[in-house]
Amino acid sequence: MAEEKKKSEYLVEVKDLKEYFPVKTGFFQTVPLKAVDGVSFNIKPGETLGLVGESGCGKTTVGRTLLHLYKPTGGEFYFDGELVTDKNIHSLRKEMQMVFQDPYSSLNPRMTVEDIIGEPLDIHKLYTSKGERHDKIMHLMELVGLNAEHATRYAHEFSGGQRQRIGIARALAVDPKFIVCDEPVSALDVSIQAQVINMFEELQEKLGVAYLFIAHDLLVVHHISKRIAVMYLGRIVEIADADELNEHPIHPYTLSLLSAVPVPDPKTARESKRIVLEGDIPSPLHMPSGCPFRTRCRFATEKCAKECPGLTDRGNGHMVACWVK
Amino acid sequence: MSEEKVITNINETPDSGAAGAEGNVLEVKDLHTSFFTDSGEVQAVNGVSFNLGRGKILGVVGESGSGKSVTAYSIMQILASTGKVVKGEILFNGENILNYNKKQMDEFRGEKCSIIFQDPMTSLNPTFTVGWQLREALRLHTQYKTRAAANRRAVELLEMVGVNEPESRIKQYPFELSGGMRQRVMIAMALACEPDILIADEPTTALDVTIQAQILELMKDLQKKLGMAIILVTHDLGVIASMCDEIIVMYGGRVCERGTADDIFYHPCHEYTKGLLRSIPNVDNMKEKLVPIGGSPINMLAMPKGCAFCPRCENALKVCLDQEPEELQMPDGHYAACWLNVKKAYEEEKTAGKGEA
Repeated sequence: MAEEKKKSEYLVEVKDLKEYFPVKTGFFQTVPLKAVDGVSFNIKPGETLGLVGESGCGKTTVGRTLLHLYKPTGGEFYFDGELVTDKNIHSLRKEMQMVFQDPYSSLNPRMTVEDIIGEPLDIHKLYTSKGERHDKIMHLMELVGLNAEHATRYAHEFSGGQRQRIGIARALAVDPKFIVCDEPVSALDVSIQAQVINMFEELQEKLGVAYLFIAHDLLVVHHISKRIAVMYLGRIVEIADADELNEHPIHPYTLSLLSAVPVPDPKTARESKRIVLEGDIPSPLHMPSGCPFRTRCRFATEKCAKECPGLTDRGNGHMVACWVK
Repeated sequence: MSEEKVITNINETPDSGAAGAEGNVLEVKDLHTSFFTDSGEVQAVNGVSFNLGRGKILGVVGESGSGKSVTAYSIMQILASTGKVVKGEILFNGENILNYNKKQMDEFRGEKCSIIFQDPMTSLNPTFTVGWQLREALRLHTQYKTRAAANRRAVELLEMVGVNEPESRIKQYPFELSGGMRQRVMIAMALACEPDILIADEPTTALDVTIQAQILELMKDLQKKLGMAIILVTHDLGVIASMCDEIIVMYGGRVCERGTADDIFYHPCHEYTKGLLRSIPNVDNMKEKLVPIGGSPINMLAMPKGCAFCPRCENALKVCLDQEPEELQMPDGHYAACWLNVKKAYEEEKTAGKGEA
């Protein structure tokens, strides 16, 4: 009974996900690079969770590890109540898909659009006749706003925005319940970004698909997400409702991240004061002891150097990992 | 002796009264830059005019292919071999730099005008130390001719741009530094000769938000301290809003609109600017749907005959199809090139005429 209820509430449940990459530091020495170190989150069906952070914080690795593009070092991932393992990942990829950042390198230049979008259909054998395959592809192209006459063209004939649409059509081909979107609009021009963001939102309304939306642009993430998780050096430091996070950020890192976003509004820009963080992100190979953010934190205390804080609920599902705030 | 003089210069606030009164350090008039490729002439910059005031920050904003970088490269005369300025004037303190010979141009580059690029990794030489590259610029352009003097100066410059432990940094190679640090080194190098103009071509696009904030603050500080003028080329409207006095919006190699930051953001008068502002997520429109600009970015090989933005413009008139709009001064004093403004002005005139009659 309890099992049943759990199953219905969350589509994606990630518990203590870990991904370490071995890095050679000497002839016989390897040191684990902790790209993702104990990340937990849940996503409901049809919901968007935004994942933000600076480069090297492990946000892309989280997405890739979920789909077993990297073999997870530790932790559990339940998809629709089912534990994802090496054995069932291939059939589960019918339920979860990925859209990549770079629409130039993620499409095979030697395949036509029809074959690119049709490939997942081929792999999962989702059609009974050639006609059905063709119809499905045409339907998908229409869904993402591509003309039917584009089907026989190659990827290089399209602009960045259109290529990203092809990538999205390919992800949608298997009718997934969950899509990992890894910086899907970062490589696009400003005027095209809005087209693609709107498309993601419309597809969600139409198909009820859940997104893990990974990006570094906080304004874009805020616009598309219901909840947002902020990552720093392989850990989630704060997770809350999108509006709540933007209006009442608690973690010092979230505060400075939000204040660093250049707002496209001259008056606000003149009035607001940036909290400029000093220094760079520490190398993940030489992680500071305790809280990973303490080396750049204004409020750091002795306790921060000794113990790493875990996420605690500050009301209404606003989770923060900080000793001080 | 001379060394000390220059160092004190740096910390002095420039006499803005005397210099600022003269007005513009750089005037670009009707600039046309073309690239002659195998598939034909690409008019990357097509009649761009603007003035850069002494000690001001000018923002050039536009999407990729709008000609914003080519405008910057035309000023520095560092176009690719197929590119050429075919028409127009670039006046630096009243002198047309297009008439400069090679020696004069070498002097102009670096001493009068420097550039920093988007990607600090590809614009620094990976085979030499940071110190070597800084010394090269110093010994070529300034009075720090000896290695020791140039070295001392390099350390000072790195300190000025906020690089920690500059003495040990100058012995390091670019790959040993982080992205933000490399961009600081680039800025230090650009400032080595205390130029009058600093061109920053997407200086923070490759950097993370928190590092971007550091670099933007640094550029603002240095601009105040050294009194140089900055041309900031970027596609990020957020960066433009927080940094610039004046803004140029470019599309398809032409200037759509130019004016102060407030003019552009609060009273846009060109359909492209309006569309651009509607299409970006802002603090106020989080709950609403974004309004994208339809269509795809312009193909520079097949430029439309009339207004460059016409194929994507929702309110295009017939005249937009075959005639290029002239730049028109708006009632609040900023400039826009859009036929709709002409129509509006005409209609207002007509109704006013009727009212009087």
